[in-house]
Amino acid sequence: MFKKTSILLCLFLTCFACSDPMETSMFTDNFDRAEMLEFWADDIIIPAFQSYAENLDGLDQAASSFFTDATATNLEGFRSAWLAAYLAWQEVSLFDIGKAEELGLRNFTNIYPTNTDLILSNISSQDLNLELPSNFSAQGFPALDYMLFGIEEDDALILARLTEENVVQYVQTLIDRLIDLNASVLLDWEENFRDEFIANAGSSATASTDKMVNDFLFYYERFVRASKVGIPAGIFSGSTEAELVEARYADIYSKELFERSFLSVKNFFRGISFDRTQEGNSLEDYLDHIRATNGLELDLANSIISQWDSVDSALTELSPSFANQVTTDNTKMLALYDEMQKAVPLLKVDMLSALNIQVDFVDADGD
Amino acid sequence: MQQQVITYLNEKTMAAPLAVFRILFGLLMVFSLIRFWYYDWIAKFYILPKTHFHYYGFEWVQVPGNWTYLLFIICGFSALFFAIGFKYRISIVVFFLSFSYIELMDKTTYLNHYYFVSLVAFLLIWIPAHVHFSVDAHRNSTLRCEFVPRWYLTALQAMISIVYIYAGLAKLNKDWMLDALPLSIWLRSKVDLPLIGQIMDERWLHFMFSWGGALYDLCIVFFLIWSRTRIFAFVIVLFFHLMTKILFPIGMFPYLMITATLLFFSGEFHTRILKGVSKLCSISYKKFCNGISFRSEKYMQNLTVSVFTVFFLLQVLIPLRGFAYPGNMFWTEQGYRFSWRVMLMEKTAYANFKVVDSLSGKRFYVQNEDFLTAFQQKQMATQADFMIEYAHYLADHFESQGHENLQIFVESYASLNGRKSQVYMDPNVDLLTLKDDWKHRSYIKALKDD
Repeated sequence: MFKKTSILLCLFLTCFACSDPMETSMFTDNFDRAEMLEFWADDIIIPAFQSYAENLDGLDQAASSFFTDATATNLEGFRSAWLAAYLAWQEVSLFDIGKAEELGLRNFTNIYPTNTDLILSNISSQDLNLELPSNFSAQGFPALDYMLFGIEEDDALILARLTEENVVQYVQTLIDRLIDLNASVLLDWEENFRDEFIANAGSSATASTDKMVNDFLFYYERFVRASKVGIPAGIFSGSTEAELVEARYADIYSKELFERSFLSVKNFFRGISFDRTQEGNSLEDYLDHIRATNGLELDLANSIISQWDSVDSALTELSPSFANQVTTDNTKMLALYDEMQKAVPLLKVDMLSALNIQVDFVDADGD
Repeated sequence: MQQQVITYLNEKTMAAPLAVFRILFGLLMVFSLIRFWYYDWIAKFYILPKTHFHYYGFEWVQVPGNWTYLLFIICGFSALFFAIGFKYRISIVVFFLSFSYIELMDKTTYLNHYYFVSLVAFLLIWIPAHVHFSVDAHRNSTLRCEFVPRWYLTALQAMISIVYIYAGLAKLNKDWMLDALPLSIWLRSKVDLPLIGQIMDERWLHFMFSWGGALYDLCIVFFLIWSRTRIFAFVIVLFFHLMTKILFPIGMFPYLMITATLLFFSGEFHTRILKGVSKLCSISYKKFCNGISFRSEKYMQNLTVSVFTVFFLLQVLIPLRGFAYPGNMFWTEQGYRFSWRVMLMEKTAYANFKVVDSLSGKRFYVQNEDFLTAFQQKQMATQADFMIEYAHYLADHFESQGHENLQIFVESYASLNGRKSQVYMDPNVDLLTLKDDWKHRSYIKALKDD
């Protein structure tokens, strides 16, 4: 009985082994998720947080130079240090995982539009608690944007205002807070979370790959596509809202900020290291691996990348100021949004189903 | 022939299998409900969401706010009571009603095995599962019986057979049999499991599981019925369901089915279980073995027979209704629910809703997360009836904000079993002109199969 069954089973297996032309070998290599996670941690995420930390230091130094000697040149230095740090932030914002997620780093760093009334009342207030969610919109880069570029009508007035003691104090508090928050995130990555992140290489809903992919999609859809482009273009309201662009008081940089965050999305997907010198295991490779193992027609990774190329070409049409763009010719902004949107089904439907990752961890039974 | 069948069904059989099933099923339900509470799903699925998706004809079923907890308490206690056979008829009726009400509150959480629970509970209302080894029978000697007419047991066995056989037939499709889909998608992501993980990427394994699963569902009932293969079949039952438990997040379903298959075992087998339980709890089992056979009032028996006849006729027909619709059933999901189509597809989808003022032409898009939970969004995007109900909900919402002349369109994409994503709903149809009904949904774009 047993013998017969095993012969049948062998025959059955052999049948499938030869019936599938894509299968050259009975044993295929499994994709090494741990290796991918290690590359993400060591070559993308941690260097990005380190660079952000350095840029925040630069911001702190530029601020103190300005506060000791409030000249127009030093204000310029202060502003460009702010921009450099803001750009560095765009490369870490995606990684809302571990300590960053626990602390709510993104909420304390880049919630816009900033609440100018709240900032002004905070400046004059004696007891200030920036840890309250109600103060999300009174801190971080958008608040500094307002203080450095928009608190007064022109540069001379701004410069004067920035020498007032309580204003100086508020600015310094905001910078210190950014530094402290990032320091604890970076420290956690370096000391604990890196190993934990890599070790959690499984495929459950709480495994690193699944969580990171969800974070990645959420970031792309919500923060890059919707916040930076869709909302100012009036996608969700029906009318353009120029005042909702990122860095609205220094809106000349809004396109550059967008470009940097979009670049971090692309590089993460393609597995390009933070210093742009290496390529490692990535979602692109993972998709290619699955495609090869299953003999799928669709070159999904390529479709996603070429869709993003279309985003880049739509982007060349745009003015450096998104605020300016939506006011003068919103159709180009809408075109940019459309190209970004076209990648969403590829990512949220095709990629997730290929990787068998559930969109947003739904904690429920199936059958 | 007909006479023989009737005689066979009326023969007396031991009541012990019904008692064992009553106890295990009841306790499993108690455990299920506690688990549901423990995971905080009552709040997550019922209380916190801003809106709920209703079943056709059950739009009146509403979530009673925080009283939902009370509903779960009532449901849990009724399950405990019928398990021990205390005030059995009332308990099982209350359980059937409360459990079904919970399931009807939001179809987002639909699972075949919840439906199975409701159906079994309904059958148990009519079945004298409390005449043996129960609190009721312990207290009331006139109720106490050792035997029941066989057809009560047959009814439950038939229900289980319907589930398995329809589940097996549903697997006989191209994706499942020829491409090992969706199993290959699911198994491939399990490579990190200890011991068996390394073979999860293997093509032959995907086919073995697919074919094995289909074969299992189609044949298991027959192997359970035949006494010579029963033990072997039960080992397979254990292996199959525990394997699915390890591989997939399917909650209580495996335990439920394992419990249910025990109904095929002999009366002597169940008597031994009950004797063991009696010994453990120091109850006298002897008094239940009184040689008396259960007889219900004539009118009650006639009523039960009529109810069961209609019930099983419906159970045979309902799963077939999907074939009345054109198109790929997995894609359109017309007639998909309530048909024992279990673990048959992997569908990922995305739906982006556009709200248009038909007079001014002003338009904007909806951020679904503002209105729906992640779970609801996921279910909504794959099923047309959800999208229609959601569109009407959105219209009510935006009208209350002063928007007028609304039209709502959806740009939706779905991927079925790893195919390239395709447009799902006709993006040019105003969803507000549609309603949830049983007509063919011609506004679902046909699946382009490669």
